[in-house]
Amino acid sequence: MTETAAESLVPEVGGLVIRFAGDSGDGMQLAGDRFTSASALFGNDLSTLPEFPAEIRAPAGTLAGVSAFQVHISDHDIFTPGDAPHVLVAMNPAALRAELGTLIDGGTVIVNADAFVERNLAKAGYDHDPLEGDDLDAYRLVRVPMTSLTKEACKDLGVKTRDAERSKNFFALGLLSWMYSRPIEPTIEWIEAKFKGRDLIIAANKAAFNAGHAFGETAELSDHQVVVRPAEMPAGTYTNINGNTALAWGLVAAGQLSGLPVFLGSYPITPASDILHELSRHKEFDVATFQAEDEIAAVGSALGAAYGGHLGVTTTSGPGVALKAETIGLAVSLELPLVIVNIQRGGPSTGLPTKTEAADLLMAMYGRHGESPLPVIAARTPADCFDQAIEAARIAIEYRTPVMLLSDGYLANSSEPWLLPEVDDLEPIPVGFASGFNQVDEDGNGVFWPYLRDEKMVRPWAIPGTPDLMHRIGGLEKEDGSGNVSYDGANHAHMVAVRAERIARIPVPDAEVCGDADADLLVVGWGSTWGAITATVRRIRNGGRKVAHVHLTYLNPLPANLGEVLSDFSTILVPEMNLGQLVRMLRDEYLVDARPVSKVTGQPFTPAELQHVILGELGDDA
Amino acid sequence: MTDTLLPEGGPGDVPPTTRADWQTDQEVRWCPGCGDYSILTALQLLMPDLGVRREKTVFVSGIGCAARFPYYMDTYGMHSIHGRAPAIATGLALARPDLDVWVVGGDGDMLSIGGNHLIHALRRNIDINILLFNNQIYGLTKGQFSPTSEKGKVTKSSPIGSCATPFNPVSVAIGAEASFVARTHDLDRRHMQEIFRRAYEHPGASFVEVYQNCNVFNDGAFETITKKDVRDDMLIPLVQGEPIRFGSDGQFGVARHDGGVRVVEVADVGVDALLVHDEARPDPSTSFALSRLADRPDRPTPMGVYRAVDRGEYGAAMHAQVDQMADSRGKADLKALLHSLPTWTV
Repeated sequence: MTETAAESLVPEVGGLVIRFAGDSGDGMQLAGDRFTSASALFGNDLSTLPEFPAEIRAPAGTLAGVSAFQVHISDHDIFTPGDAPHVLVAMNPAALRAELGTLIDGGTVIVNADAFVERNLAKAGYDHDPLEGDDLDAYRLVRVPMTSLTKEACKDLGVKTRDAERSKNFFALGLLSWMYSRPIEPTIEWIEAKFKGRDLIIAANKAAFNAGHAFGETAELSDHQVVVRPAEMPAGTYTNINGNTALAWGLVAAGQLSGLPVFLGSYPITPASDILHELSRHKEFDVATFQAEDEIAAVGSALGAAYGGHLGVTTTSGPGVALKAETIGLAVSLELPLVIVNIQRGGPSTGLPTKTEAADLLMAMYGRHGESPLPVIAARTPADCFDQAIEAARIAIEYRTPVMLLSDGYLANSSEPWLLPEVDDLEPIPVGFASGFNQVDEDGNGVFWPYLRDEKMVRPWAIPGTPDLMHRIGGLEKEDGSGNVSYDGANHAHMVAVRAERIARIPVPDAEVCGDADADLLVVGWGSTWGAITATVRRIRNGGRKVAHVHLTYLNPLPANLGEVLSDFSTILVPEMNLGQLVRMLRDEYLVDARPVSKVTGQPFTPAELQHVILGELGDDA
Repeated sequence: MTDTLLPEGGPGDVPPTTRADWQTDQEVRWCPGCGDYSILTALQLLMPDLGVRREKTVFVSGIGCAARFPYYMDTYGMHSIHGRAPAIATGLALARPDLDVWVVGGDGDMLSIGGNHLIHALRRNIDINILLFNNQIYGLTKGQFSPTSEKGKVTKSSPIGSCATPFNPVSVAIGAEASFVARTHDLDRRHMQEIFRRAYEHPGASFVEVYQNCNVFNDGAFETITKKDVRDDMLIPLVQGEPIRFGSDGQFGVARHDGGVRVVEVADVGVDALLVHDEARPDPSTSFALSRLADRPDRPTPMGVYRAVDRGEYGAAMHAQVDQMADSRGKADLKALLHSLPTWTV
């Protein structure tokens, strides 16, 4: 992070939002990701928003094939990928057409001018060349012939022309790195490590990257150059993490903290598959991953492993949870630990597989037949996915219950700096397998009752292999205590009540009010809206208005003090990426006039959107 | 390190047991006369001979009459949900290779709602023993046609006959790459025990179809071949290494024919023309052809082990990968994992 003389002359800005956009095959996710990494190492706070089409390779050059990556870098702590980009990198006409509307007025548009040929213009639906007309008058246009300059840079390397062209994303990255004063070394090192053994590709990518960097320096782009200084962050060691990786590591950690082998039963589904991929790479932590034949077998195998004394986990998205519902109900009846992870996406049905939504809360709460309560918790940031994976496992093991952990497509793929925890400070998760008789029969002989409960209403976990404790469990209603099959109505009523009470009694931390406790308006959120709500509340309070925020990690059971907290506010707004699911739960539970703020466009809330709603609610007068 | 948490069963040698040790105090609630009773008895009598520990034995079932089985075995057991027993047993067997995991279910449970799990458990060669009680009817839901009911079967849900071609469970299992496939029936305890023992001893997934009489909804479905007085002429014993021959005087046999096999009279073709049974043939075609001799129980039907081949068991391969990663990476280090992406320090 040494400051060069050149950098010191560059104007500083507090924050910058850049959006990389191109065809699915243009490598924009990679370019964005590398820019992010370099920024993280530079010391910025940051937040990212990758967006890609559901098709692996939509027809090249079309609007449907546009893939984008937005990154917000800042010299202070931030919570979202930003309201709107200041800079748009458009690698082809389709990217320009699809993404221009997101850019702020006066923003910078950097285009790969080589791609603006008639064929591509037509594919994007342009009847003219937007670089020539007045389309871009409201913006600062930077035309760069990226394809030809990349080919030129690679021409003496012996790389095939087509392969050289593929490196143009590194040209764009080099150019952006110069314009926004990113360090070069992390990217060069990454190229060398990533493509190790493929010398021509390393050479081409490095040449393209360096050419992009040099282009900025020589092409009189200095009036575009700005720097975002490192942010003041709490002391410690950081890494840049996305939600799915953090969640996978949390599951690894939960295995280590409990001393249980982890068994993941999973079926590939967007946007959850990366958890399966990540865990598959860490078998040395006694993690077994089983790619099942379907979603039902995924959860079934996890439940079977849980019966055998492993930490059973299944990871999926909404359609998968729907398929797993019956098995989750069995887990409720069996009272075995099980972690079900739902990386929510747009629905119903296949819906928007690659876009975010958080409309599975009521399914998590109620989406099983019969009275089948289970704990539900939700992660709020990418890094929080680590903590909540551990928490889900802790509750599951401690209270012998399936636990639903909610994340979403936004948290899954977006990243942020994570202050790494001290491993030694992570709380161990106690596991107590049953090892002996717990009851005496009529003849005075010791016997084992699988449904005899302790003071927390938790039944013993006696796993196969334990001498003397052989017992049968199943989905038929059981007599409390003995666990024998019982069709008795009074016993069933008792068991329904027990299952409800034992979950309701799980202690969860009190809800904390952030912001102005004496405000009239309270914003209540859950899940990934935390970032946008936090940023919004800060802005509004900086503007001299009062507003409060409560964010719920625990959706079932809800914090014990929540009713009292809600009663202190005359206006309660609940932003959700659904049509108002937490709102229903709050109204139902507390008879309060909570109102929804909904967004179901497949993208997370921006602070600007929430600010508009909340200020409208507060009225203009101070 | 973590394995030490998991119990390895009782200390010392396996204590001898009797049938009574394997019986539970639960009242058996199958209909009087149900074929399930004789299967239960056969297994409870066999278990002491296998020399296994009760605490290391688990029965997993789905839903249906047959699926009540675990309640009557004094082992660990799970009566789960319809069709899913092979999936649940897969997770248990993979997590706990030290256990003997048995799966019990009926034709509806395992071939209809749970067909997918069955074929994948067989394909993967999970180390479980699958007993499919085939009575060609839905019993617990009171008499609808099942995926093994014959075409034209008249039931409550098919008043003028079912329209569907049935599965032949042995053919399905062989088609699903099963490494052990056998058939037995509920009227021959010794045969059942011999087959169950072979299933237990086989490494990997063992599939046993048991022709089982439902005396309430499909009475006598198999008696045309399994009753004592017709058995000699209607059941074809499969004996490893022997020419396939049957009939009260050994007058019939099985010979290759037109790419498959057919029943022949020994007098017509001579003993040397008979097919010599080889359950261990790597190519499953001949075993499959044998399974096609009878598409319903009204003609001579092979009984015994159709196929028994050694091929890698899934769990062993899975655990070898865990060991491989552990060996190549050394001690699992959570701190190192958290620091495995680029880091920076403030």
